[in-house]
Amino acid sequence: MPRPDAGLVVRVAVAAAVVAALPWIVPSFLVFDLIYVGAYAIAILGLVILTGMNGQISLGHGAFMALGGYVVAILAHSLGWPYWAGVLLAAVASGLAGLFIGLVALRLAGVYLALATFSLAVATPSFLKHYKSITGGFGGMSLAPVQAPPGVPLDGQHWLYYVTWAVAGALFLISALLVRGKFGRALRALRDNPIAAVSFGVNPYFYKTLAFGWSAVLAGISGGFLAIPTAFVSPDTFTSALSITLLIGAVLGGISTFWGALVGGIVIEFLPLVAQQVNAAAPSVVYGVALILVMMFLPDGIVGGVLRSIHRLRRAPPQPALDTPTPSSTTPITVSPQPRE
Amino acid sequence: MESLLQQVFSGIANGGIYACMALALVMIYQSTHHINFAQGEMAMFSTFVAWQLAQMGLPLWLAFLATVAISFGGGVLLERIVIRPVERANQLTVVIVSLGLFIAFNGLAGLFWGYIVKSFPTPFPTTPLQIGGVAFSAQDVGVIVVSVVTLGLISLFFQKTKLGLAMRAAALYPEQSRVLGIRVGWMLALGWGLAAAVGAISGIMIAPIVFLDPNMMQSVIVYAFAAAVLGGIESPIGAVVGGLVLGVVINLLGTYVDWIGNELRLAAALAIIVVVLVVRPAGLFGRVTVQRV
Amino acid sequence: MTSSVRKAAIGLFAAVFALAVTGSTIAPVAAADPGVSDTEIVLGGTHPYSGPASAYGNIGKGIAAYFSYVNDHGGVNGRKIKYIDKDDGYSPPQAVQLVHQMVEQDHVFAIFDTLGTAVNTALRPYLNQNGVPHLFVATGASTWGHDYQKFPWTIGWQPDYQAEAILYAQDILQNHPKAKIGVLYQNDDYGEDYNNGFKRGLGSHGNMIAKMASYETSDPSVGSQIATLKASGADTLMIFATPKFAIQAMVLAAQQSWHPTIYLNNVANAIPYMQAAAKAGGQAAVNGVITTYYLKDPANHARYGGDAGVKLYNEIMTKYLPSADKDDGNYLYGVSIAYTMVDVLKRAGKDLTRKKVMDIATNLVEKDNPLVYPGVVIRTSPKFRYPITQMIAAKWLGTDWSPTGVLVDTRSTTMAEK
Repeated sequence: MPRPDAGLVVRVAVAAAVVAALPWIVPSFLVFDLIYVGAYAIAILGLVILTGMNGQISLGHGAFMALGGYVVAILAHSLGWPYWAGVLLAAVASGLAGLFIGLVALRLAGVYLALATFSLAVATPSFLKHYKSITGGFGGMSLAPVQAPPGVPLDGQHWLYYVTWAVAGALFLISALLVRGKFGRALRALRDNPIAAVSFGVNPYFYKTLAFGWSAVLAGISGGFLAIPTAFVSPDTFTSALSITLLIGAVLGGISTFWGALVGGIVIEFLPLVAQQVNAAAPSVVYGVALILVMMFLPDGIVGGVLRSIHRLRRAPPQPALDTPTPSSTTPITVSPQPRE
Repeated sequence: MESLLQQVFSGIANGGIYACMALALVMIYQSTHHINFAQGEMAMFSTFVAWQLAQMGLPLWLAFLATVAISFGGGVLLERIVIRPVERANQLTVVIVSLGLFIAFNGLAGLFWGYIVKSFPTPFPTTPLQIGGVAFSAQDVGVIVVSVVTLGLISLFFQKTKLGLAMRAAALYPEQSRVLGIRVGWMLALGWGLAAAVGAISGIMIAPIVFLDPNMMQSVIVYAFAAAVLGGIESPIGAVVGGLVLGVVINLLGTYVDWIGNELRLAAALAIIVVVLVVRPAGLFGRVTVQRV
Repeated sequence: MTSSVRKAAIGLFAAVFALAVTGSTIAPVAAADPGVSDTEIVLGGTHPYSGPASAYGNIGKGIAAYFSYVNDHGGVNGRKIKYIDKDDGYSPPQAVQLVHQMVEQDHVFAIFDTLGTAVNTALRPYLNQNGVPHLFVATGASTWGHDYQKFPWTIGWQPDYQAEAILYAQDILQNHPKAKIGVLYQNDDYGEDYNNGFKRGLGSHGNMIAKMASYETSDPSVGSQIATLKASGADTLMIFATPKFAIQAMVLAAQQSWHPTIYLNNVANAIPYMQAAAKAGGQAAVNGVITTYYLKDPANHARYGGDAGVKLYNEIMTKYLPSADKDDGNYLYGVSIAYTMVDVLKRAGKDLTRKKVMDIATNLVEKDNPLVYPGVVIRTSPKFRYPITQMIAAKWLGTDWSPTGVLVDTRSTTMAEK
């Protein structure tokens, strides 16, 4: 495995330091919001890997979040399991579901895959309502608030913050290790030129399904970390709008980079609040217009735009680092089916 | 037996609604190769414009024509102003822009016209009709007739006219089309305009049945997408057939299969569509492409 | 990268990490009772201003308008109300985050009129744990009154859905004892509550229900459900639906040449909705429909044209929400519930504490709310926390609702729930 470049280590260290220090600098309710940022960032990372790196568009990852969130909730509420055990099981459950959906997705591409995954998202609240004896139906389920373990001098909220971000950090690290080597190269190759990739011996079924599975694991864990601070799950928590929001966050953050996932989490969490400040009467209009404007001026997302400015400042030709989009790339993500030859 | 027929016809009636909107989606896809998530909200907005014109005293047929024309112009403008800057970028960027339009149009309609559900005037008589014990309304028939007529016009346009051919070429092979002298940018704008116009027609036909409010299209659009994809996203015939089939299947599943009931109707229908797609990845009427990896 | 830079980075990281591990939480400064100063009372709430439930956002606007009116007329015992109202998009996680912010940063005195059963179920534990009054929530779910012992800081306002459904059941038993009933209901907690009440109200005559058909809010039209209910042979239709679907139901029944006796839940009975149904389905669709009322209908100019309460409402709307559609009953609901809130605050006097306000809210007798149906008294006691329990039945004749019978108090059937 190639040595990680020193610049990256510094950046990560600084980020970790900032994350660790934030609760002492910002007001306490903001710490609460930042827990959600961490949770969303984990899910968006899944999309970065699946859609950004592997070109499979998914409008249904909210369904995996629902699975994860409800697994944690059911185990805690009905069986009294501790949250960490619930999250572990949520990861396994969503991973298996993701592998299954990934297998189905092998046959689909572009707009057809988009619709199939969106169907999953749309159907999720119906399933949650239907199996009401397990899920609590429309009334949802309440969860106990988090307490720090004995001996730790933090209140429950601060403890949950650190746990969430520690888990996020670990997942980002594992994912980075996963995609640094052969796995990442295979994913990107399958995105950019599937025929060439297969000719070189890359097994598309294996890698594409695995990408789906891993992204589902991330989404499932994220769902658990959405349920825990809210201390409540209901079908309303996991509507199809959630899946759309995840994609929005991923693209606005920068769908091709891990940092984009982090920025995406911040965007999803705070953009609605900012939109309300701008105009409380019609926050939707502000939100919608904001999306359009960001895409017009930063089509590669915020991180993409930042990277591009850095390259321009350095006046060096942009290094085609594997996970940086080059400005003249022609549609690396194919949303439409290829035309017949 | 009568109630089975009634359910079937109810399904056809709902299916007509999906088909109508699915045609707009196919329209935009054939001419731009983009999914436009905002198609339903644009159609809803156009319907409100028609409503407003009717409130201001315009006779219904004039409000209808004016709205279709306004929507066409609006669609062209939207493409030129909002979509053109991001055309060359990643396709996902366009998806996000269309989502932004979806959210913005929904909020705007609520801001301008509020959320009280309104009735929408219909040119068809409101007296109920009956054939063989099956009850339906003239509006239901009207929706289906208009969908079929629109389908015919769209198919003719794309298959038989030079302009239609140019538009399809521009969407499929933009670089080669430029070489041939086709003004790709304006073809795309035209596509948006026509799709917006078809959307306006759908909205005006659907509103008397589902009633007018800013969220009117949100339930329809999911079914419309499913219908369009089921039929093959580039096939207008597929959109109509897909819509009608979807409407009937959903109704029958929900009414007669107990464990599905009404709750899992939509989920069941979507599951069926996914199964169909796995077997025929291009949809029922879609062109089968060479199976890539 | 130079070793000095690397050392600096590691040093920074270590320092911050050490700080993080050894520091302790900054404890919030405990105030006597937050949200109250000599000049101001801070109230907070959330409503859906985006997303599918945005129609109800107008309740929040109505509340804001009334508070502005009160502030312009001397405030509450010399204090002005500062009202923080945010968009929760009908999403429980979003509401939870916003309310945390209101309690911990804005230091609100109380949370008022949050909307939606799921939203309020999510908010309830946090607010009760922190002793924040969770007042007059905007949902008719029976749990707010039912579970007060576990959640003493939470209280509802509008008549609970079960009590309303029982009224319809009783009317059917009394006036149509041989009826065969078809029930159309929305498949969520709202519909479920109504169904439970309806069945309780029918008691041993539950077999009068020939068929129940549900719909999802994602269904475009309820044609199939109406067909199913008609096919069951029912001659009475009970509609537990939100406005759009209720209108469709009435119209489709007429279109399918089915003319049952129709009972309509009061959420969907505003005059503009009935007019829309009449336009689309003809008079046959709406004649004789029966519903209940507990508020005045701002769109009923004929009946309430001279009413002092509605006049006040119109003045407030004209002054503070000039471009709003006054016929939208959501604004009126907001003004009415805000009146109760201000009433409670006023009764607490100059010495305003959270505990005092909860005591007043649970020992309330309010007879002068200008916008409830004439004669309705908002009444609570520590063991009975359903503020509004009175409704009057009404029938649609021609062009508006005519009250039938007298104001009925559902108190006794609600108490029997225990």
